[in-house]
Amino acid sequence: MGLDERVFTRTDDDVQLRRVVRVVREDIVRMLAAAGSGHSAGPLGMAEQLTALYFNVMRHDPANPDWPDRDLFFLSNGHVAPVLYAVLARAGYFPVAELGTLRRLGSRLQGHPERGALPGVESTSGPLGCGLSQAAGYAHALRNIDHVKRRFVYVTLGDGELDEGNVWEAAMFAGKYKLGNLIALVDRNNIQIDGATEDVMPLTGLRAKWEAFDWHVLDIDGNDVRAVVDALVLGQKVSWAPTVILANTVPGRGVPFMEYDHSWHGKPPTPAQAAEALRALAGGES
Amino acid sequence: MSVYQIDPKALVEPRLEPIRHGFGRGLLAAGETDERVVALCADLTESTCMHHFKARFPERFVEVGIAEQNLVTVAAGLAHAGKIPFTSSYAAFSPGRNWEQIKTTACMNRRPVIVCGSHAGINVGYDGATHQMLEDLAIMRVLPNMRVIAPGDSLEAERATLAIAADPAPTYLRLARDQTPVFSRPDSPFQIGPAYPLREGSDVSLIATGTMTYQALVAASLLDRHGISAEVVHVPTVKPLDEATVLASLRKTGRAVTIEEAQIAGGLGGAICELTARAHPVVVQRLGLRDRYGETGAPTELLEKFRLTGRLIAEDIERGLDSTPKGSL
Repeated sequence: MGLDERVFTRTDDDVQLRRVVRVVREDIVRMLAAAGSGHSAGPLGMAEQLTALYFNVMRHDPANPDWPDRDLFFLSNGHVAPVLYAVLARAGYFPVAELGTLRRLGSRLQGHPERGALPGVESTSGPLGCGLSQAAGYAHALRNIDHVKRRFVYVTLGDGELDEGNVWEAAMFAGKYKLGNLIALVDRNNIQIDGATEDVMPLTGLRAKWEAFDWHVLDIDGNDVRAVVDALVLGQKVSWAPTVILANTVPGRGVPFMEYDHSWHGKPPTPAQAAEALRALAGGES
Repeated sequence: MSVYQIDPKALVEPRLEPIRHGFGRGLLAAGETDERVVALCADLTESTCMHHFKARFPERFVEVGIAEQNLVTVAAGLAHAGKIPFTSSYAAFSPGRNWEQIKTTACMNRRPVIVCGSHAGINVGYDGATHQMLEDLAIMRVLPNMRVIAPGDSLEAERATLAIAADPAPTYLRLARDQTPVFSRPDSPFQIGPAYPLREGSDVSLIATGTMTYQALVAASLLDRHGISAEVVHVPTVKPLDEATVLASLRKTGRAVTIEEAQIAGGLGGAICELTARAHPVVVQRLGLRDRYGETGAPTELLEKFRLTGRLIAEDIERGLDSTPKGSL
């Protein structure tokens, strides 16, 4: 796959964060092209969110994935696994070269993330709607049973995933128990497999929906890595309610022929398309 | 392994107590023993007997409301954080309504979520078919990493709850609503895994689980009067199945009858058929519900209607013995 082996550490420098975002996007394109199957649009659009978490905001230790004092990350929309794998590899959880094994028989990089298969994967996911409630359960244990204040629980969800009833059961629960240590990111890219989210099942009044469940809501440009970092830090400060960050993103971000096109939700680029995508990423802003 | 003694009065004048009451006592005791034990309920705290735990450990009790998918997935998160979560609702709803969440977040994830399905079987009675869970043994048994336990009486439910808390792993604990006879004694053994021969016999093995073990004991004593020597094997752990104990009995008797307050497909009957087909083919007569749902009525009326009382079980076994040859196939 021709991947370099660079590993990055925590940084608060915007230029460096954007550099990581670009490398993560390149990794995603290469991984998907090599695998020949998988989801493209979501992982590309979420590069800033996972970069902000793993290279700035979260307390974690790639050399010790089970560090008892770590923050927790749940990837509820498990089909965007390539972005998680790329970030974990670039943070040093496992060799970058292993990204080339995505979806192969015997690979630790399963089609959807599987706990125990790969260091850094906290929880098995893929079937949608289960991540927020697991994150809320963990946050409840920390905040209301063990009274641990310094650790946070983060979770990402897709916007299409919000069709799942389990999400709103969890939202009610987190609001009721005032889980101020829980921060959710909704990847608001407006697409899902069957088309535009607003055609498949409208999410009208999304901010008001979450506010009605007693959440603290932030609405940001999810493709601005600094905006994501700032929102996460603000979410940490709000201790009396869970925070949800509506991260408005462009699906397929950075690859012009994929951007805004829902047909790229669930398919990979061909080798030729991947080459074109990599040229676009090299010439783009991030 | 200590001998499983039956309360000698049980077949004559049994003491009655709902199995779920034993669970409530066991959960409270487990909570006293281990502070990692937490309890979650979906708006059925008293009827699933979690109220004792809730009163004693309010901070360790979680009310999720009428939301069974959330019930088990929040529990998976608590388990991830080091807790031992017992979840409860009616079995018709959990695991009836949240099977995929149990599979993905507890079993695949290997988080020790304990799914306690109260009000399983037709003994729910008047609430009718929608509330009578009969498919739980089948749908839980097929999940890798899942244990399936159906205690035979309230004392055993108490022992089983403590045993699960002491050895946390994904587990389905099947409980019943109605008062049922207590046949075990406070000092009877319970371990996760073993099947317990309760009565020796040579002609047929009655293999029963949950509330049906008592009815099997009654049936065996009635068959005895008709010259049929029935062995009774109590299978509180449906998965992992104690194959050695079941096979030892079948090698002796050459014939199996399975008895469960559940669909005969996929549950205990299914498990025994899978075992015998592979390891020791014998005729297996399966007693339970035959590809139909329950209905409303008094628990005793329903047990009669579906021929799951000791007397009717004995009748059906006699008829079955007449119609098929004995011995290995």
